[in-house]
Amino acid sequence: MAACRIEDVLAEAEKDEAERLKNITVHKELDVEFDIGNLLAFDKNSINTREFKQQNKDEFFRSLARDNTQLLINEIWKLPSEKVEEVIVVKLPDPVTKLPREKPAPKPRPPTKWEQFAKLKGIQKKKKTNLVWDEVHKEWKRRWGYKRAKDDTKEWLIEVPENADPNEDQFAKRNQAKKERVAKNEFNRLKNIARAQKLEVPGVGLAPSAQQSKAELVKAVHVAKSSTASVGKFQERLPKEKPQRNTGKKRQFQPLIGDFAGEKQKQLEMLKLMESKSPRLDITKAVNKQMREEDSEASERRKGKKGRRGTAPGKGRRNALSGKGKGKGKGGPSKGKGRKPAMRQGKR
Amino acid sequence: MTQSGGVVKPKTKRSKRFLQTREPKLTENSKNVMIMKGGNTSETVTHALKDVYALKKPNAVLYKKKNIMRPFEDSTSLEFFSKKSDCSLFLFGSHNKKRPNNLIFGRMFDFHVLDMFELGIEKFTSLKEVKNSKCAEGTKPMLVFAGELFETDKEYVRLRSVLTDFFRGPSVSAVRLAGLDHVLHFTALDGKIYLRSYRVLLKKSGCRTPRIELEEMGPSLDLVVRRTHLASDDLYRTALRQPKGVKPKKKNVSHDTFGTRYGRLHMQKQDLSKLQTRKMKGLRKRKGDVAMETGETISPKKSKAQE
Repeated sequence: MAACRIEDVLAEAEKDEAERLKNITVHKELDVEFDIGNLLAFDKNSINTREFKQQNKDEFFRSLARDNTQLLINEIWKLPSEKVEEVIVVKLPDPVTKLPREKPAPKPRPPTKWEQFAKLKGIQKKKKTNLVWDEVHKEWKRRWGYKRAKDDTKEWLIEVPENADPNEDQFAKRNQAKKERVAKNEFNRLKNIARAQKLEVPGVGLAPSAQQSKAELVKAVHVAKSSTASVGKFQERLPKEKPQRNTGKKRQFQPLIGDFAGEKQKQLEMLKLMESKSPRLDITKAVNKQMREEDSEASERRKGKKGRRGTAPGKGRRNALSGKGKGKGKGGPSKGKGRKPAMRQGKR
Repeated sequence: MTQSGGVVKPKTKRSKRFLQTREPKLTENSKNVMIMKGGNTSETVTHALKDVYALKKPNAVLYKKKNIMRPFEDSTSLEFFSKKSDCSLFLFGSHNKKRPNNLIFGRMFDFHVLDMFELGIEKFTSLKEVKNSKCAEGTKPMLVFAGELFETDKEYVRLRSVLTDFFRGPSVSAVRLAGLDHVLHFTALDGKIYLRSYRVLLKKSGCRTPRIELEEMGPSLDLVVRRTHLASDDLYRTALRQPKGVKPKKKNVSHDTFGTRYGRLHMQKQDLSKLQTRKMKGLRKRKGDVAMETGETISPKKSKAQE
């Protein structure tokens, strides 16, 4: 009897289980596609249009969404879960849907000139220790930078080399050398950037080249000459040297004092001009003036004619004066063209 | 920042860091959305834009002022704004006689327009009009697309991709199960697209997986497709291309010509105190202990059966 009861219980339990599963199962004709990485589901089934029209719209969409979401949730709940800080968390797989990138992939930095050279020669970077032993101070010091070992800027005495000029300032020489190294490095850095950007490599004055042309040499001479504190003002000229052309300098001034004879001559000429009774004739100016007058007269004439357009005497007069229309044949087609400028003037 | 010959060199560490966030990366930032309105907008469009902003909030920029532009005619100003705010998705709303209640969903690649879809709003219910409780701000929504059009029609396939890109939120490695409480449902039917947004209620089902009930949350939009601008296949392919090194390489694994996998295993130091040397009856675990340990995992079915 006990056995019978157990069977009943089991059957009941099974039925119960099936009912519960019914709660969460949804039947679809075509399987719904999932992309759990994006929490995305795609239901490919065609939607029953008749049902959609019969039912309340919102209700229809809600039931459809419920079914699809239930399927998605079922899929998510299948994934292995774990507890992180009292919260149940599910690890998502990688997204499947291919979506375009926001920006193109980063490009590697183009190699510098030195890196190219080192690669060619097979030179590899050596790791150097940061600290080195300083014999003078008897302690470990940095290799570079502030408070470095063997700091040659901090020396209070420098031995003058035997072949050097005894009056030369060795400290200043070192400073100068350091400055030049820094400048050269900066210049190289800029050149590397320019090469990476495919811009024109910046040059100062004249970049060295294998074969220099005559023009380049002339330019080099002028750059060198003007590279003084006074911008080449007191620089001597070579016997047959020509002044540089196209320097961008346009205005020329006479010296304030010095050329007294030339100044006197100029003043006298001016006085002579003022005294003379007959006016000075500027031919270009006169011709221009004449032409302008003729033009204005012609336009006046045309304006006057426009007012009396259509009357026979006006037409006749015009033809007689210009005579051009007749030469071409019938005055019809040329008439329109001839009138155009007059109309424009009238508008103004 | 100093600019010399097209090279921007940041002057401070802070500006350097700022520029680094905007640089192209191997694994990209989540896409941001800029939401803007044109010269004229109706109340419907304004509310729709605000609601989309509310849904997208941490990853969105809402432009407050009018920006008179026509994305389909001239997209330069759009590209300018995209560069300025570092957004690769945009939503543009406008309203005029020819195209009333107009929304343009679009996305960019390398600050140039990739895809654009002009959708007209036929019916709109805003987030505020639906008097129900809302989901938390910034939750990653579940996206559901329904309708065969989304698979058969080329334009709709691309639209599905744009909408996925637009609404999917940040890509995450793990989600909190209780935090899945927002569904966006897109239905393509009769040449219209119905966008519905629901809050998910997890109900007890008796099994591990909960039963789901949905509650309308808003906004809900009935949309019609108007003009579209799809990227050329060539451009789209370059945009899709993922660089090498996005997936980390598996180390210490090699295959020979027969496809056999070889690998090197690194053993951890063995705990010798737990080493079982000799089996004795006295040391064996009792049955009661086992039950205690697995007690948590007994299914409700069993406990009911015992009653």
